[in-house]
Amino acid sequence: MNGLLRSAVVIVGLSLAAAMVIALLQLPSAAVHLPALVAENLAQSGVEHPVTAVLLNFRGWDTLLEVAVLLLALLTLLTLGGGKAPAPAAAVDPLLQGLARRMLPLIVLTAGYLLWAGAHRPGGAFQAGAVLAAGAVFLQLAGLLPAWTAPRRWLRLGLVLGFLVFLAVAAALLGQGALLRYPPALAGGLILLIEAGLTLSLGLILAGLFLFLTGRDA
Amino acid sequence: MTEAWPDPAAWLILLPLAWATLAFLAGPGRGGRLAIPALAAQCALALWLAVSLAESGARLHPVGGWGAPLGIDLLADGLSAVMLLLTQAVALALAVYAQAYFADAHHRHEATWFWPLTGFLIAAMNALFLSADLFNLYVTLELLGLAAVGLVAVGGGTAQIAAALRYLLVSLIASGAYLMGVALIYGTYGTAAIASLAPLIDPTPPLATWLAAGLMVVGLMAKTALFPFHFWLPPAHGGAPAPVSALLSALVVKASFYLVLRLALGPFAPLAEMAAWLAGGLGAAAILWGSWQALRTRHIKRLVAWSTVAQLGYLFLIFPLLAADGLAMQAGVMQAVAHGLAKAALFAAAGVLMRATGRDTLDGLAGVAGRVPLTLFAFGLAGVTIMGLPPSAGFLAKWLLIDAALASGQWGWVVVIIAGGLLAAGYIFRVLRRAFLVAPEDSRFHPVPRRLEWTAFALAVASVLLGLRGAELVALLG
Amino acid sequence: MSTGLLYALAGVLLFVLGAAGAVLLAHLMRKVLAFNVMGSGAFLVLVGLAQREDVIDPVPQAMVLTGIVVAVAATALALGLARAFHARTGRTGLTEEARRD
Repeated sequence: MNGLLRSAVVIVGLSLAAAMVIALLQLPSAAVHLPALVAENLAQSGVEHPVTAVLLNFRGWDTLLEVAVLLLALLTLLTLGGGKAPAPAAAVDPLLQGLARRMLPLIVLTAGYLLWAGAHRPGGAFQAGAVLAAGAVFLQLAGLLPAWTAPRRWLRLGLVLGFLVFLAVAAALLGQGALLRYPPALAGGLILLIEAGLTLSLGLILAGLFLFLTGRDA
Repeated sequence: MTEAWPDPAAWLILLPLAWATLAFLAGPGRGGRLAIPALAAQCALALWLAVSLAESGARLHPVGGWGAPLGIDLLADGLSAVMLLLTQAVALALAVYAQAYFADAHHRHEATWFWPLTGFLIAAMNALFLSADLFNLYVTLELLGLAAVGLVAVGGGTAQIAAALRYLLVSLIASGAYLMGVALIYGTYGTAAIASLAPLIDPTPPLATWLAAGLMVVGLMAKTALFPFHFWLPPAHGGAPAPVSALLSALVVKASFYLVLRLALGPFAPLAEMAAWLAGGLGAAAILWGSWQALRTRHIKRLVAWSTVAQLGYLFLIFPLLAADGLAMQAGVMQAVAHGLAKAALFAAAGVLMRATGRDTLDGLAGVAGRVPLTLFAFGLAGVTIMGLPPSAGFLAKWLLIDAALASGQWGWVVVIIAGGLLAAGYIFRVLRRAFLVAPEDSRFHPVPRRLEWTAFALAVASVLLGLRGAELVALLG
Repeated sequence: MSTGLLYALAGVLLFVLGAAGAVLLAHLMRKVLAFNVMGSGAFLVLVGLAQREDVIDPVPQAMVLTGIVVAVAATALALGLARAFHARTGRTGLTEEARRD
C-alpha cells in the first residue's frame, strides 16, 4: 500500500511538473496589466512605494486578514501551552550577554528606520516587526529574557493593539463609503498609524511564536 | 453606491473580528457573554442583507474604494446571503450551547481560548462568503483553516492534537495547491479578481488555466473532505468537544464547497463540464463509503462524523447536473443548509448523550431514552432531515436533486441518492434502538443542563421546519 | 527566455518536490519543511510568471509578502502541534497511529 502510494505520488508529481512547464512555456501575454493601474493611482495612495501602496491601501484588506492569521496561530499555541512554568534561562556566556545588551538599542533603531522607510522604499511594518521579534529572541538566547507563559493583560493588549487599530480605522472609514477607503489627504498619516501599531504588535506576536514555544517541557 | 453606510456585509466581517479580539483581551475562558449578543446582532445583519438583496439584487462593496482589478471587491448575492444566514443562525445556537457546555467543571479547561478562536472562525467564513478575489479568498481559507485546527486542538488531549496535526497538514497542502492555482491564474491573466477573470476565460483557454482550475478545485475538495480526501475528518470532528464538532461539521466544510460551487458557476464555468462527472462520482462514493463506516463504528460522535462524510457527497452530486437547469444549484444549497442545521443538532445531541451516560460508545446508550427524552427526540428529528424524509429540508434537497437528475436523464444518481437515504436510516436507528434498551443495573446517569437539550432541540426543529419554508430560500437564490 | 519565466519554472519544480515530500515523508519536521518548499515554489511562480515580460509588477510582490506571513503563522502552528504531539507520545510521525474506529 505504501509502495503503491509512493509510486502514485511520484507519477502524478512528474506529470504535473511536466504539464506545468509546458503550460508556462506557451503562455500568451496577460490581458490585464495592473502595474500601470498601480502607477496611475500611486499618488492618491498616501505612500510612494508601490509595494507598500498595494499592501496597505489597494489590497489592504488582505493585510488586515493576514494579521488575524498571525494572531490565530499564536492563540492556538497558547491553547496547547496550558500555562506551565517557563524553564529558567540557561547560564550563558557573559560576553554574549554584553553583546546582546549593546545590540538592543541598535535593533530598536533599525526597526524604527524600517518602519519609516516603508513609505518610499522597501521596508514597512512586517519587516520592522520581524526585526523587533528577532531582538527578543536574541535576548532570550542570551539568557536575558525568560520564556513566556500564559500572557497577562498588558501583554495581551500589546499583542492585539495593532490589529485593533487597523480594525478601527477600517470601520471608521466605512463612513467614506467603503472599508479602508482612505481620504487621499489623510491616507499617509493613517497608514503610518496602522503601521506603527502593527510594528509593535507584530514584533510581540512573532516573538511570542518563539517565546511561548520555547522553555516549556510539554 | 446609494446606501453605503452602514453596509451590513462589511459589518458581518468586522463584528466577529472585533469580538474575537476583545474576547482574547478579556482573558482565558472569557468571551461568551460578548459573543452571544454579537452573534444575535450578526443574525440581524445577515437577515437585513438578505432582505435588501431580495429587493435590489446583488451588491458590491469595493474595499478601499478602488474596485477590481486594482482593489478587492466584496460581493453579496443570493448564494452568499443564504450561506451567511445559515452560518450566523447555527453559530448563535451553538454559542448558547457552548456557554452552558463549558460551564461544567470537567470541560472548563477546553474553553480557555474557545471564544476568540470561534470569533475568528466565523469572521473567516463570512469573509470567504463575501470575497470576490481569488487571492483574498486564499487568505480567508487560511484564516478559516487555522481557526478550525485551533478548535480541534482546544481540548488538549493526545488524540485531539494528533487529529489537529493531521487536519493542519492536509489543510496546508490543500491551500498550497489552491495558491499555486491562483499564481497560474494571475500569471495568465494579470489579475485575481473574479469579476475581471470571468469574461477572459473562454471554453478553450491555455493549458495553464486548466491546471490552475484543477489544482484549486482539488485543494478545495481536500478541505471539504470529499472522498477520498475524507480521512482527516472523522478523528478531527469526532474527537473535538461537542460544540466544536458541531461548528466544524455543520459550517466549516461547507465553506470550501461554497467556493467550488462559486468557481464552477463563475470563472471556471466554461471548464466545469469536463470534471463534473468526476466530482459526481466522488460524491457518490462518499455517500456509500461514509454511510457504510457510520454503520460500523462503535462511537457516537464517530458515527455522526462519518455521516458528515456521506452527506457531503450529496453536495458534489450536483455538479454533473448543473448544466441542465437551476434545479441542481438549488438542491445543493438546500442540502448545505439542511445538513448544516441537522448536523449541528446531531452533534449537540450527541454531546448531551455522552455527558448523560459518561461514555462515548453506542453500547453505553442503553436506557438513555428515559433520562434525556428531549435530546433523543432532537436526535431523531435531525435524523429525519439526514435521511431525507418529508417534510424536512433534507427531503426537499434530495427531492430537488432527484428531480434534476431525472430531468437530465441521468437516473444513475437517483439510485445513489435513494441508497444513501436508506443507509442513513440504518445508522440513525442504530443510535435510537440502543437508547431504548433497558439500562443495565450498574449504569449511572449524570444530570445535564436543560439549556444543552433545548438548543439541540431547536436546531433539530429548524432543520425539519425549514422544509416548509424552502420556497423563500430558493427565491433568495434568484 | 526572461528571468521571470526562469524563476517561475524553478518554482514549479520546487512546488512539486515540496508537495510530494509533504505527502510522502513521515517525520513531522520534514513534512513542515516540505510544506515550506512547496509554498516557496508557489510564491516564485506568482512573482516570476507575472514578470515574465520583464515589467515589474508590485501586486504579486505584495501578495507574496502576505503569503509569506501566512506561511510563517502556519509553520509556527505546525511546529507547536508537532512539539506537543512529541512531548505526549514520544513519536515524530503520525503514520504509526492506527485509525481507531
